[in-house]
Amino acid sequence: MKAALFIPCYVDQFYPKAAIAAYELLQKLGCYVDFPMKQTCCGQPMANSGYQHLTEGCDANFIANFAGFDYIVCPSGSCVMHVKEHLHSDTNKELAAKLRSSVYELTEFITDILKIESIEGDFPFRVGMHQSCHGQRGLKLSQMSELNAPFFSKPGQLLTKIKGIDLVSLSRKDECCGFGGTFCVTEEAISVKMGQDRIKDHEKHHVDYITGVDMSCLMHLEGILKRQKSPIKTIHIAEILNTFKV
Amino acid sequence: MSSNKTIPHSEAAAIFNKNEERVNWHDETLWFVREKRDKSAHQIPEWELLRETASQIKLNVLSNIHDYLVEFETNAQKNGIIVHWAANAEEHNVIVHSILEKNNIKQMVKSKSMLTEECHLNDYLTERGIDVIDSDLGERIVQLRNEPPSHIVLPAIHLKKEDVSETFHEHLGTEKGNIDPQYLTESARHHLRDVFLTRKAALTGVNFAVAETGEFVVCTNEGNADMGAHLADVHIACMGFEKLIPKREHLGVFLRLLARSATGQPITTFSSHFKKPREGKEIHVVIVDNGRSEQLGREEFRNSLKCIRCGACMNTCPVYRRSGGHSYHNAVAGPIGSILAPNLDMKKNADLPFASTLCGSCTNVCPVKIDIHDQLYKWRQVLVKEGYTPKAKTIAMKTMAAVLANPMVFEIVGKSGRFAMKNLPGLVNNKLNKWYDQREMPEVPEESFKEWYKKNSKSAKGKNDEQ
Repeated sequence: MKAALFIPCYVDQFYPKAAIAAYELLQKLGCYVDFPMKQTCCGQPMANSGYQHLTEGCDANFIANFAGFDYIVCPSGSCVMHVKEHLHSDTNKELAAKLRSSVYELTEFITDILKIESIEGDFPFRVGMHQSCHGQRGLKLSQMSELNAPFFSKPGQLLTKIKGIDLVSLSRKDECCGFGGTFCVTEEAISVKMGQDRIKDHEKHHVDYITGVDMSCLMHLEGILKRQKSPIKTIHIAEILNTFKV
Repeated sequence: MSSNKTIPHSEAAAIFNKNEERVNWHDETLWFVREKRDKSAHQIPEWELLRETASQIKLNVLSNIHDYLVEFETNAQKNGIIVHWAANAEEHNVIVHSILEKNNIKQMVKSKSMLTEECHLNDYLTERGIDVIDSDLGERIVQLRNEPPSHIVLPAIHLKKEDVSETFHEHLGTEKGNIDPQYLTESARHHLRDVFLTRKAALTGVNFAVAETGEFVVCTNEGNADMGAHLADVHIACMGFEKLIPKREHLGVFLRLLARSATGQPITTFSSHFKKPREGKEIHVVIVDNGRSEQLGREEFRNSLKCIRCGACMNTCPVYRRSGGHSYHNAVAGPIGSILAPNLDMKKNADLPFASTLCGSCTNVCPVKIDIHDQLYKWRQVLVKEGYTPKAKTIAMKTMAAVLANPMVFEIVGKSGRFAMKNLPGLVNNKLNKWYDQREMPEVPEESFKEWYKKNSKSAKGKNDEQ
């Protein structure tokens, strides 16, 4: 299976470890992975701030980079959701539509396309799973607590066979962390308060790590944890899954 | 209550957050209501079908609103109800005042009506010498404090029993420092009992107006709407035109959804049907537009008019729970308020659609399936295009868009940015950087993923060699 790796701009710059883990993991799972070198950003930061009309350049660049691939895989629910919902091209509508339906978040690609139910890695720690909203409510990676519907969790399911992992059950299963893109600075007080409250829930359950499918949420939580000098660490789910040995 | 000076949501929220204990209490109280809602909703196997049905009924109403309004008016008039039409808040207030004047009434009791808050009716009547008393307990508390409600279902949810005790001591003469909820409620009850017995006019809101029968339904837990309406000679019911439902049988859908979504109760204590006036009494219905036609004309936002005012989106909203209703400076706060308010005044309410992380929880709890978070996103696009965002933000966004559209520039900016962060941390770790106020910046890695990939991946190495 040939897949193109789409790495969000800020992950490329600040969290290469998460990107490397996603890249290596996909290869271990039998994919031929290509990384188009001229990719930048999906345009979400502008679009969510009300400037979707300024994202044509990003869209054109995304299309130029990923046009030749059947599968585009990305270790971020939020960026995937943006591409799925908003990627457009006035000159090549069909191609844009094809790419919108070819983009997958990493864990859903593993469960839905590669049809892998769980991964046998090794991560002997107590872990809290942060349900990033765009992955969860936007891409439906896991069931949402508001709905009267059967439970499932694609990222959660992949972690079940990780050796030694102790996945805790949080008091508020899917409350937002407060990152929210530019919200994190324009509504700084609320953003930080939401992050602090999310962390308290994890602390209450004595976790060693907070993991999730979106590095942006984790970056926000990590910023607060470090300021509080907390021993709790953040880690992208790809890094846990990549402990899997072939 | 009109607010002359509007404090932007982010600033009001920051002030609300200064008292951490109170914010925590506010958050936990509303979360408790959200959890009650979950328990109650999850007990109904067909819950999601009920939501879908309610949504479809309301969409049908919005598509045929003219016919249903005429049908309702005709049937209501047949029942002996006097129907008035108000194009805007001013007309609504004039109509209510003229009904009171005609009957020579100087005092009125009013049960909960968010529409009259939207129209600032209390101020209007008070200025004209009419004494208005709110009879919903929460509304009475905020009225005594000269504050607007902070929540559409729980108007005084921003207050603790200590605050209520102070207010009642000052205005109703209760014992100073007595915070016993039973004592305070009993005192309010005695005070309101006197009001009910002496008022000749009662104003109520409308939860549902049934086109087929010309009747309307008012839902309360306290029975205060009934108490007011049954004891008064004149009953005035005010409704936004979207309150219509086609048939009485549709109440079987909406009454099951309303209270479960609002508070987790199976149904409100009182669901009172008003169909015709008693002998010698009058019932007036005032049907109000006040911007609703305009919203109906906005294709992307029209379905916000499906709202049945349950407040579930507020209870679930992590931002609302931590910023309080008053920070939204609009009669209806929270997520639903943030998509309704810009329609009324884009300039004044331009901040509200940005007071959200777009987490989507509001959309999931909405009993009539309004795509609230998608509409927040869409309002942001409209507000930017109409020029209601700060210039500095526009400049920053244009720069960002230019950098991110060009891979080479992105690589250079990324590399030099990381270099600067590593070697000159003071450049970003300062007071101008809002991120840094309460959060550390991410640690700068040795190399970007792209740089790593160039060195380490077989395919990239091959490509590099070719170049």
